Amino acid sequence: MITLDHVSKTFESKGRTVRAVDDVSLTIGAGQLHVLIGPSGSGKTTTMRMINRLETPTAGRITVDGRDVLAMDVVELRRSIGYVIQQGGLLPHLTVAENVAMVPRLLGWQRHRRRERAEELLGLVGLPAGQFADRYPRELSGGQQQRVGVARALAADPPIVLMDEPFGAVDPITRKQLQRELRRVQAAVNKTIVFVTHDIGEAFLLGDQIALMADGRLVQNGTPADLLRRPATPFVTAFTGEDRGLRALEYTTLAEVADAAGSVPATDGDTLPGELSILEAGRELARRGETGVDGFWVSDRGGRKTGYLSYRRFAAMLGEALGPAGATAGEADGDALPA
Amino acid sequence: MLEDPFSFVEYIRENPDDFLRFLSQHVQLTLLSVLFGVVIAVPAAILASRVGLLARPLTGIASVGQTIPSLAVLGLLIPFLGIGFRPALVALTIQAFLPIFLNAYVGIRSVDRAVLDAARGMGTSGGQLLRMVELPLASPVIFAGIQTATVQNIAIATLAAYIGGGGLGDLILQGLSTLNGALLFAGAVPVAVLAITTELALGRLRRWIVPEGLRPTGS
Ligand SMILES: Nc1ncnc2c1ncn2[C@@H]1O[C@H](COP(=O)(O)OP(=O)(O)O)[C@@H](O)[C@H]1O
Ligand SMILES: [Mg+2]
Repeated sequence: MITLDHVSKTFESKGRTVRAVDDVSLTIGAGQLHVLIGPSGSGKTTTMRMINRLETPTAGRITVDGRDVLAMDVVELRRSIGYVIQQGGLLPHLTVAENVAMVPRLLGWQRHRRRERAEELLGLVGLPAGQFADRYPRELSGGQQQRVGVARALAADPPIVLMDEPFGAVDPITRKQLQRELRRVQAAVNKTIVFVTHDIGEAFLLGDQIALMADGRLVQNGTPADLLRRPATPFVTAFTGEDRGLRALEYTTLAEVADAAGSVPATDGDTLPGELSILEAGRELARRGETGVDGFWVSDRGGRKTGYLSYRRFAAMLGEALGPAGATAGEADGDALPA
Repeated sequence: MLEDPFSFVEYIRENPDDFLRFLSQHVQLTLLSVLFGVVIAVPAAILASRVGLLARPLTGIASVGQTIPSLAVLGLLIPFLGIGFRPALVALTIQAFLPIFLNAYVGIRSVDRAVLDAARGMGTSGGQLLRMVELPLASPVIFAGIQTATVQNIAIATLAAYIGGGGLGDLILQGLSTLNGALLFAGAVPVAVLAITTELALGRLRRWIVPEGLRPTGS
C-alpha cells in the first residue's frame, strides 16, 4: 500500500515558482491498478516520481507499506519499485534480455538465473524469447520496445510498478492491444500499479481506481463508476466526456448493481457472471432470448448466485444511459444506477 | 637540395640506429601524451558533467586552449620546464587533453535523458550509472576524441625537436638547417606514414570498441 499525505511539490524555474503538486492526499491499495489522469501539466508525472524519489516532495509525507520513503535507502527503494516510461528508456547498448535483467543484475543475481527470468518475462509480455532475447532495442518497433519496458519493470518481481504513459507513444491499434495485455499480465502478477495517462478511455479500461488531477490538485478519486455516476465537480463531468452514459454501462458491472440474493424470492431464470458490464450483459441477454421470468441471476466467480436483477430495472438503466446527452450529468447522486 | 627524392631511404639504411632512436622517441611522445591525456581528461570530463559549476570554466578553457598554436604552447612552457623530452611530453599532453576532454564531456552530456531517467528509476547508484550507462553510451564519442588526439599528436610531436625533445622532427630540423633533402625526408615521410596508418588502425579498432547495439544497422 502507498499513501500520500498532504503532499506538495514546487519547482523554482527561471525565477518563477511552479506548484506542480498541490496538497495531494491519496491511498493506493495493494494489488490495485490506480490510474492518475488529468490534462497535460496537471502534476501526474511529478506525483508518481515522488513515490520512487526521482523527485522530493516540498511538503507532506509518502509511505510505502507504512515506511516513509524519505527514510529508506533510495537505491533499495527504487529496486523494489518497477518503473516504465513513455519513451521506453531502454539501454541501447544492451540486448533485450540484458535490458529486462537489469534490476536482477543490480541485485547481484547469477547470470543463468537472470537469463531464465528474462526469457520467462519476455514470454509473459508476448515476445518469444527465442526470437527477441538477443536483439537490440533499435531493432524493435515502438510497441515491442514498450513491452520490453514492461517486462523489465517486472523482472525482479517488485510489489509496486509505476507506469508513466507507457503506451502514449504507440499507434492506437497497438495501444489497444498493449492495454488488453496489461490487463492479462496484471491478472497474472497482481501488482500494485500506479498508471499515469491522459487518455480517459485507457483510464476506464484499466483502472480499479482513478484519481483525476487538475492544476496539481486531486479533483476526485474513486472507481470508474464513481467518476461517471457521482462526478465531484463539473470538471469531472467534462473530462469524462460526452458519452459518459455509455461509458457508465461499459464500466459498471452487474455485481455492482444487482440486488442482494437474499432480498428476492428464488425463481428460475438465466444466470450471468457478475463481472460482465451492463453493456455486455445486454448483448448476452439479447442472444439468449426470452425466458418467461421477470429478471436474471448474477453469479460470483465461483458460480454462486449472489444477486438478482429485474428486467425492468435493467431496462431503466439502459434507457437512462442512452437518453439525450447530458440527461444524467446533473444527477450527481446517480438514481439511475444505484451502487 | 632536390637530389634524388628517394635518397632518404639510403640515409635510413645507413644510419639505422639514429633513425630508430628518433622514431622511438616520436612514438613514445605520442603514446605517452595520449595516455596521460586520457587519464586526466576523462575524469575531468566526468567531474565537469557532475559538478555544474565546473562545466563552463573547464569547457571554456579547453575550447580556447585548442586555438593556441602548438608551437606557442611549447615556447610558453620553456620558462617553467626548460627544454628536453619531458617538457615536450607535457606540452603534448596538454594538446591531447583538449579534444579528449571536449569529446568526453559532450559524449556524457548527450546521453538520452529518458535512458538516464529509466536507469536511475531502476536503482542504479551514481557509480553504476556512470559505468553501466553513461560511459558505454558515450564511448563512441570518447573514442573519436582519442583518435583525433593521437593523429594530431603524431604531427605535433614533430615540433618537440625545437625544444630538444627529440623525435622525427629532429631529422626534419637537421635537414632544413643543412639543406639536406635526404635527412628532411627521412623525418617527414615516416611522420606522414605513421599518421595515416594510425588513423586507419584506430578506425578499425573503433569498430571493436563501440558496443554492438550502438553500431549503425546492417553492419
Ligand atoms: N523539473 C521541473 N522543473 C520545473 N518545472 C517542472 C519540472 N517538472 C515538472 N514541472 C512543472 O510542473 C507541472 C506539472 O508537471 P508534470 O508533473 O510533468 O505534469 P503531467 O505529468 O501531468 O503532464 C508543469 O507545469 C511542469 O511544467
Ligand atoms: Mg507527464
